[in-house]
Amino acid sequence: MTAPARYPLRTRILHWLTAILVFSMLLIGFAMVNSIGSYASLRAVHMTLGIVILVIVVLRAANRLTHRVPKLPDTVGWVEHKLVVGSELALYTLLLAQPLVGWAMVSATGKPVDVFGSLHLPRIAPFSADLYFILRQTHSLLAYALVVIIAAHVSAVLLHTLTLRDGMLSRMAFARKG
Amino acid sequence: MFCDHICRGFLRCVASVTWCTWLKQLALRCVLTVVTNLSRRSVLLGIGAVGAFLAIDLGAVAYANKWIGSTATLTRQTFMDGFRTVFGLHPGFRRNHAKGVVVNGYFDSNGSGRELSKAAVFTPGRTPVIGRFSLSGGNPKMADAPAVARGFGLAFTFPDATQWRMALLNLPVFVDHSPQGFYDRLLASKRDPATGKADPAAMSAFEKAHPESAAAMAVIKQHPPTTGFADSTYSSLITFFFINDAGVRTPVRWAFVPMQAALPPLPGTTNSLFDALVRQMRGGSLRWRLLLTVGQPQDPMSDATLPWPSDRRTVDAGVLTLTNIETEAPGNARDVNFDPLVLPDGIEPSDDPLLSARSAVYAASYRARTGELKSPSAVQVDEVAP
Repeated sequence: MTAPARYPLRTRILHWLTAILVFSMLLIGFAMVNSIGSYASLRAVHMTLGIVILVIVVLRAANRLTHRVPKLPDTVGWVEHKLVVGSELALYTLLLAQPLVGWAMVSATGKPVDVFGSLHLPRIAPFSADLYFILRQTHSLLAYALVVIIAAHVSAVLLHTLTLRDGMLSRMAFARKG
Repeated sequence: MFCDHICRGFLRCVASVTWCTWLKQLALRCVLTVVTNLSRRSVLLGIGAVGAFLAIDLGAVAYANKWIGSTATLTRQTFMDGFRTVFGLHPGFRRNHAKGVVVNGYFDSNGSGRELSKAAVFTPGRTPVIGRFSLSGGNPKMADAPAVARGFGLAFTFPDATQWRMALLNLPVFVDHSPQGFYDRLLASKRDPATGKADPAAMSAFEKAHPESAAAMAVIKQHPPTTGFADSTYSSLITFFFINDAGVRTPVRWAFVPMQAALPPLPGTTNSLFDALVRQMRGGSLRWRLLLTVGQPQDPMSDATLPWPSDRRTVDAGVLTLTNIETEAPGNARDVNFDPLVLPDGIEPSDDPLLSARSAVYAASYRARTGELKSPSAVQVDEVAP
């Protein structure tokens, strides 16, 4: 069985949906902790989107096992191949961990975890100020890790596509041309 | 096993990278040049695109973090720095209302509140509460003084999903109508270490710049503080909207009105007000009546410096009983952030700009103090003389 030229449509949709949501979430997260006037509304949006992303990433992880991955271009050497596999794993881990840490962090403050206006989620961590602090620091750390790894991910694809002209982007793109 | 595998893989990677990266990359690049016909144009295009992407991406991150761009707006860090400037750093304590004591009890609803709000707390019956009495200011070891604003943080049904948290004050109106006003007043109130008093010139400059605060202070002056914590009326000051079963939104301000006199504080002691509260609670529970004041459409809804007319209708929703007082400790109300935006279904925030600001700054204070080493609170309930 030969590898397909590009990811299945459902995978591409999930990928770009995650991309838009995660990019928005990082910016909302950084902005909300510096905002006085919009903090409350941004926090509500942030928590809701966080749960949406968690659901999408779980779907993506399950979906990832349902199909083969399109072959990487020949321009990808064995060292880079290892980096590709490692960074994909790292991205999945971060995207799964970040909303869970956020959820647990709110739980640890003893506050209700409300999303979509008034949907009460269960608390997934005990009320503990010490635990809260660890989770809160972790949440920021993971956010910056996401910024770095996403920047590297996009840069690598751009270099491959524009400089090496190996059609790397077309594996995940919607355009007809390969 | 798995870990071992990963470790070995990782080491192999590192080794290979460090040993022969340059040779390999050089060879790879030669091959690539041949294979893909790497032109000068495509190199520039790739680097240009990556540069543009990183500029936008990291620029947006930096802007959202306020590392770049306008620094004129207030952030939570501005407030944190302000509290530090005025009160010094007191690790492990709240940045404001630093001195306090923890109380527990319950609220007996008589069901009358249902007329205004569908919140579960207003159905007839008993709801547990935890709370904390405090004095305004960032010094956890300050000497009690009658004129200092008394705070009362309360959380109903903690830690359930239907929680209602509030941070109340023994004032008839709040002093500021905006975060900027609060910040300016905070800085103006900084005490001169030599005289122990705030600079009168700074205060009068503040009042000139904030006539709304000057007016509020005049209202507050007409309501001198009571003897102690036990006989103080604690008010929400800020307006909220109560939503009942029929979906009707009513502007409400609420207050806990004391049902007892207060034991007088012993003069000359540092914790005079807190000690009197502890002594009084050893003798029995304390009670407050919860009065919900119903606003009219023309009443100010987003300015806590403006009182509502005194003839507004009130609904007596029930009685708060505090049964027990304890020293701040891990896992009790010491570790609760009395964020006024933790509201149950049936109560919604107004547009008062203080609400989001308080939520933001309380969160910053909470994050800072939960990561700091703790030292014992000034009010040690067990050490208060009978």
